[in-house]
Amino acid sequence: MSMDLEVEANMQAAEQTDKQMSGSQMILQSLVEEGVDIIFGYPGGAILPTYDEIYKKGIRHILARHEQGAVHAAEGYARVSGKAGVCIVTSGPGATNVVTGIADAMIDSLPLIVISGQVATNVIGTDAFQEADMVGITMPITKHNFQIRDVQDIPTVMKQAFHIATTGRPGPVLIDLPKDVSTNVGTFNYPKHIDLPGYQPTVQPNRLQIKKLNAAIKEAKRPVILAGAGVLLSGGSSELMTFAKTRNIPVVTTLLGLGSFPETEKLSLGMAGMHGLYTANMALHESDLLINIGARFDDRLTGNLDYFAPNAIVAHVDVDPAEIGKNIDTDIPIVSDAKRALEILNASEEENDGFKAWHEHLNAYQEENPLWYEEDGETLKPQKLLEMIYEETKGEAIVTTDVGQHQMWAAQYYQFDEPDHWVTSGGLGTMGFGFPAAIGAQFAKPDKTVVAVIGDAGFQMTLQELSILQELHLPVKIVIVNNASLGMVRQWQQLFYEERYSHSLFPIQPDFVKLAEAYNIPGFKVENPDEARDVLKKGLEMDGPVLFDFRVTSLENVYPMIAPGKGHQEMEGVKP
Amino acid sequence: MIRTITATVNNSSGVLNRITGLFARRQFNIESITVGVTENPEISRMTFVVNVDNDRALDQVIKQLNKQVDVLKVRDISGDTIVARELALIKVVSTPQNRSEIETLARPFRASIVDVGRDSVTLQVTGDHQKVEALIDLLKPYGIKELARTGATALKRSSKSQSQELKYSFIQ
Ligand SMILES: Cc1ncc(C[n+]2csc(CCOP(=O)(O)OP(=O)(O)O)c2C)c(N)n1
Ligand SMILES: [Mg+2]
Repeated sequence: MSMDLEVEANMQAAEQTDKQMSGSQMILQSLVEEGVDIIFGYPGGAILPTYDEIYKKGIRHILARHEQGAVHAAEGYARVSGKAGVCIVTSGPGATNVVTGIADAMIDSLPLIVISGQVATNVIGTDAFQEADMVGITMPITKHNFQIRDVQDIPTVMKQAFHIATTGRPGPVLIDLPKDVSTNVGTFNYPKHIDLPGYQPTVQPNRLQIKKLNAAIKEAKRPVILAGAGVLLSGGSSELMTFAKTRNIPVVTTLLGLGSFPETEKLSLGMAGMHGLYTANMALHESDLLINIGARFDDRLTGNLDYFAPNAIVAHVDVDPAEIGKNIDTDIPIVSDAKRALEILNASEEENDGFKAWHEHLNAYQEENPLWYEEDGETLKPQKLLEMIYEETKGEAIVTTDVGQHQMWAAQYYQFDEPDHWVTSGGLGTMGFGFPAAIGAQFAKPDKTVVAVIGDAGFQMTLQELSILQELHLPVKIVIVNNASLGMVRQWQQLFYEERYSHSLFPIQPDFVKLAEAYNIPGFKVENPDEARDVLKKGLEMDGPVLFDFRVTSLENVYPMIAPGKGHQEMEGVKP
Repeated sequence: MIRTITATVNNSSGVLNRITGLFARRQFNIESITVGVTENPEISRMTFVVNVDNDRALDQVIKQLNKQVDVLKVRDISGDTIVARELALIKVVSTPQNRSEIETLARPFRASIVDVGRDSVTLQVTGDHQKVEALIDLLKPYGIKELARTGATALKRSSKSQSQELKYSFIQ
């Protein structure tokens, strides 16, 4: 290139980047730089300048009908797409309405960018109209948060926010944007590099620890892999498959790890934990080598820590060093991205004895203790309904759930063979999550069948988002597992509170079908179990959104179960 | 067990809030925190004296601190040879009759009288935790009217430790 041309090219580049822009233009341009193609939000006073730019710029914005709907949709989008979900709201009540979603994303490690409007800098701290201290409120529930005080900081903050949200252990980042900052003008120059000396996640495993793990596998007689969300978040499912198969080690997943290993594979023992499968829990309990890849030893998984995997050498791969040794003493700590660690493990060929006896032992457990439920000839069993959904979607749907019994049945009876097809609120257990999350998931995968499996109670927490389905003809299939109760609460009251059903039974419910009709969405109520499959089939084949109100056995319990305070070896309801 | 931890942090608004919030919600017991700017005005140094039950809790304190984006470096310096100092201002009841007695008492501690009133004197002492405690104990019988003390602030010594004993003590 000649000198002149080079100079010219540089000048052009400078012209493109060093542009005068308002703060809100910078916000939107930063989103473009980060490859964001959809945002979920709700406007209001403090964020109006940014909404004005959204109007002008034509970036795709989905208007929720409540900010909680917007943030859960952004979470669902993030979980399925692997990209950061972006949510934009106004100050004060708009921002406080997304607090639940931020906490949810934090505990389940979902990359989320929340942009909250804020009152102007000169009135911050004066209890101005719609002022809430969002940086203070979200400090403990964000991976990091910012308040932008100077328009000139916007590009750097945006770049850092996306980097922090999406790397290492992903998580939510909130950016608080005072109104005057969004209208002030500055030069836009999107940084190429990130300068965050305090944030340097370790993603490469220590070779010595990998060696130790290889040696431990060689010695082991009863090894088991526990696969968590970290496998999915790192995109390491196929590496996990190679690892498990070449080493011939059985795989148990966590609730959030469903889909990280195909459930129909022979080596899969299914989900462990409070309502996990008997064999999965017993495999953890009896193992002599527990290889945790990307799970955080959550209490719903471990049960009583005193009885957890008492004879196991514990290896733990986690990109967040703080998770290693937090709940369980760890013999082989591997701070690393899950995929990276698996790649390196797969590069070393190690012999082992095939663990024949162990597999036979576990197979016998599986044969003797399958999941069970009993038909009564009168009502539709919720377990049966979930089996039908699995069959009628050929196991290929993206399934989102709310929180409660239906969530556990979905986890138990839908067999996930593919990564990123399962969207559920695990750590926070957020009712109201499932339906808006399905909306986000559908935007991430427009061609996929997305089924939202929702409780009759949880649906009523965020059902206003039916508007989005109506407005955009979004083909989400809503399955209400209607037991006319707060099923999970009722189950606990039955088991631990002598059947005192305090505020857990619904004598009165809305007519969900009519409700759907109000939004111009076809609805089907199914009371007769014999009709269930046909209606399901018909509804799933329809083009647009559909709501099903399946009346299921109302006093059904989720089994098997590890009661609170009990260990894996003390499961109840393993057999009829 | 009592541990001394230092952290260098970005000198940006809200950092102290982040750290104290973290300690509170993770149920870490802090005996003291001191903060001050370092030789680099963009970076502050915090010194925490924490009371933890076991190694796992200590491990968590350090790891959780490290997770904070604004925290640059965390060190548990309890096992190292360090210089750790506190400052205390002690207002003691005193009459003209016993003032010199108090002065004599303070001398070995290299405490100085920084304010004198009609019925009280204020002493300033710097030193490690034990030294400050010891002086306060000695002054108690006279009647302590007011007491203000900083937490410990600490730096690693440049010279390596000579013996094991020294390694685990704050002795000057
Ligand atoms: C926001 C929120 N409030 C309360 C709870 C406690 N809770 C857990 S499950 C449950 C019942 C859910 O009922 P439903 O949505 O009908 O689902 P089911 O258990 O009947 O399948 C409740 C109230 C929660 N998880 N989230
Ligand atoms: Mg219900």
